[in-house]
Amino acid sequence: MPKLRVPKIPDAVVPAPLRKPAKPGAGGEPKGQAPSDLKTSPPERPTHVQRLTDQAKEAPADVLAWVDQRTGGSGFLTGMLYRKVPKGTNWFYTLGSATLFAFIVQAVTGVFLAMFYTPSATQAYASISHINNEVPLGAFVHGMHKWGSSVMVILIFLHMGRTFFFGAYKYPRELNWVIGVVLLILTMTMAFTGYLLPFDQRSFWASIVGININGTGPVVGPYLSDFLRAGPELGATTLSRFYAIHMLLVPGAIIALVGAHLYLVVKLGTTAPPWVRAEKPKVAASVSQLDAGVESNGRGNGAAPRR
Amino acid sequence: MVAGTAVTASSRFLGQRNRLRIRYLEATVADDADKMNGAEEAPKQQRVKPDPPGYFEGESMTRRRAFTIAAQGLGGVAGAAIVLPAVGFAVAPIFHRGKERWQAVGPVNDFVEDTYRQVVFTETEGIGDAGKTTAYIRKGSPQFDEDPKAFIAVSNRCAHLGCPVRFVEAAGNFICPCHGGVYDFQGKRIGGPPVRPLDQFQTRVSGGQVEVGPRYSVTSQLEPVRARDPGEFTGGIWEYLYPPRPSTFPAP
Repeated sequence: MPKLRVPKIPDAVVPAPLRKPAKPGAGGEPKGQAPSDLKTSPPERPTHVQRLTDQAKEAPADVLAWVDQRTGGSGFLTGMLYRKVPKGTNWFYTLGSATLFAFIVQAVTGVFLAMFYTPSATQAYASISHINNEVPLGAFVHGMHKWGSSVMVILIFLHMGRTFFFGAYKYPRELNWVIGVVLLILTMTMAFTGYLLPFDQRSFWASIVGININGTGPVVGPYLSDFLRAGPELGATTLSRFYAIHMLLVPGAIIALVGAHLYLVVKLGTTAPPWVRAEKPKVAASVSQLDAGVESNGRGNGAAPRR
Repeated sequence: MVAGTAVTASSRFLGQRNRLRIRYLEATVADDADKMNGAEEAPKQQRVKPDPPGYFEGESMTRRRAFTIAAQGLGGVAGAAIVLPAVGFAVAPIFHRGKERWQAVGPVNDFVEDTYRQVVFTETEGIGDAGKTTAYIRKGSPQFDEDPKAFIAVSNRCAHLGCPVRFVEAAGNFICPCHGGVYDFQGKRIGGPPVRPLDQFQTRVSGGQVEVGPRYSVTSQLEPVRARDPGEFTGGIWEYLYPPRPSTFPAP
């Protein structure tokens, strides 16, 4: 397969600490005239236009450098963007990012749907039908949100399957698996609460069935049903309750936990696929190890030993 | 001494001699501050070192520890002041029971013993058609040991998961379209996944009109119990595994 050529980001917009270092031996651009030539042919004084052009060229980098000097963000960014990934990393590793992208689609379309939606039992259906039939592109944005929810649920399960079958839930990544399971539950909560919002026949009866399934849990089930409905029957505040859970409570929790999830991914690194074996060390064991009489045992590169 | 007492407060209870001693300690602290500012070095032999370190005489914990506990306690109180009312607000509906409603659904003569008549009435106010529910009503029949003057109002809410059942006159059965639940003429389960007979509504006659009141559930022997949600068993040990909710009305 031919490799795609990615256009290079011009150095002007990349602050110096973020510029990818040249490979050793590749050299670089010539640095200009050698100092010995300066006596015989001194460089011409740059014109105002030249100086202004040079300053304008440096401006984006200057702005970013200004921010970087005050936040130290470039160190974090270089660490995150240029971190090492194991050999064998493949397309399955993009499922997590794909799930995140699906969530962003839901968040963005959800914000704009909220501008037209009315969470009232008597007006919800009319407002949805207004979105679908009269608002320009309303049906499209609503459709993205509706189908996107299924996409997100499918992707989160595929991502979970990848993690499971590649053994990526094992030490030291168990906590990230736990966070991921909580995120799965929160995503299902989003799907459940969002289903009632159009308030048509399907929404109404599906929510009644869903709430009653929740109620079949022994001892606490009946009270959970009352909590979800805000009363003994599906009533005036049930819809606003579902709406608040759907657009305020759970999205906040999801954003916070996605942050923790990503932090742990960057901190712990990703796993190699199970079919990639650890390589023999390229570097000899260090002198101190030899002095201590410790065998390197194939662990010189930090990889796990072969079993 | 208890946590968090300031030097001035404790000196009130400590007597003249100790008060002087504390004033002396304060002076020592001030001397130390001067020392750090580059002032003349204080004579070392005058320093009284607290023993154990950080403890002043008569105190059971260090000042730092006392203030840490106090600040964390205050933070906890402030957090509880925000969270508890909010959570209480969200769970309050579990403990709230609405007003008892009775609605006339038709004159007494409209209802007979051997078949049901369908009536639609409002169960929840303020949400339009979504708050309406359906009941099937007939007169009490001696065939089932029922009071012939009473009226039986059977809810159309399936006892499986709450879908609307329909009375099929030809079969004399209630049939649910969702998952195939079947109930006999009295509302007892005879097929499909439902866990108990159909719910009923309390009835009464007022001014020649039949009125329906609060909902109640029944056991498999049609004994009234407090209303349960669909999917929850009734009778026996199930009364404890699916406890009655405060938001429902007592059974008749």
